[in-house]
Amino acid sequence: MQPPSEHVHWLFATGVLLLALLLLAEAIVGSEVWRRRKWRAYLWPSILFGLGVFMWPVMVLFTNSTIHMLAHSSWAQMMMLAGAAELGLVSGKLKNELWKLCLPAMLAVSGAAFLIHEANPWFYARSAFVHHICGWLLLIGALFPLGAAFKPRSLVYNAGYALVIVGVAVALYTSRDVAPVFGHLSPSAGVAHR
Amino acid sequence: MNHLATSELQEVRTRRSARALAVLALGPLTMLAGVVWAFVQPWRVTLLHPHGEGFWWLVVEPPLLVVAVGIFFSVLAYGIVRDLEESEG
Repeated sequence: MQPPSEHVHWLFATGVLLLALLLLAEAIVGSEVWRRRKWRAYLWPSILFGLGVFMWPVMVLFTNSTIHMLAHSSWAQMMMLAGAAELGLVSGKLKNELWKLCLPAMLAVSGAAFLIHEANPWFYARSAFVHHICGWLLLIGALFPLGAAFKPRSLVYNAGYALVIVGVAVALYTSRDVAPVFGHLSPSAGVAHR
Repeated sequence: MNHLATSELQEVRTRRSARALAVLALGPLTMLAGVVWAFVQPWRVTLLHPHGEGFWWLVVEPPLLVVAVGIFFSVLAYGIVRDLEESEG
């Protein structure tokens, strides 16, 4: 009953894509308009928190190696922390705007987790490529929410952050258990399937 | 002077309506991406040929998930644009 790895990536891609669209819409209309409905302000932080919660079963079920478990659990914790921090800020229970730094920290840890738990080189197989591209996207993309933490009204930082998340969603949708990437597939990766 | 003020106001209104259009376009563009994907890789939509497919292949069909995200966001987009236009007066 355990889902194949590629299906897990696609399910997370769906959550990440929704998160990205909400962030992009907020970047376009601005926070003031976005927060006119209280429930809407809670929407994307809740999705981020939920993605963190759903990362725990991934940590428990996909135990390929210790580093996999550590990467997935640190990732789950950081997503939950960033989501909770944003929920706290939106609800007014957290006053200090420095809590916004949880977002870039989450992206940096997520990027590092992607890179650390991928033991194979870029062109070993599609999945290795996807992990490398997601890792670097998130690591470099962490600069956008970092900038937005200090310039919250900046369209460049907010839209840039959202577009990084769109990129991660697209990359996750391209993930396959065993498939070539740009014609490269290591013989030790196994036989390619659909 | 009045002409200048009017043209500036029109420019602001044009920019604001562009923002509304951008938000309204996000959902349909996402749905379109899912539909194009379904045509390019029809074997990913296992509902079209469900025989012999396992549980996860039937439940998780990525092009349909992309379309579903687009539909969900489109429902939200109308409320967002309504609030945007109210704030613009």
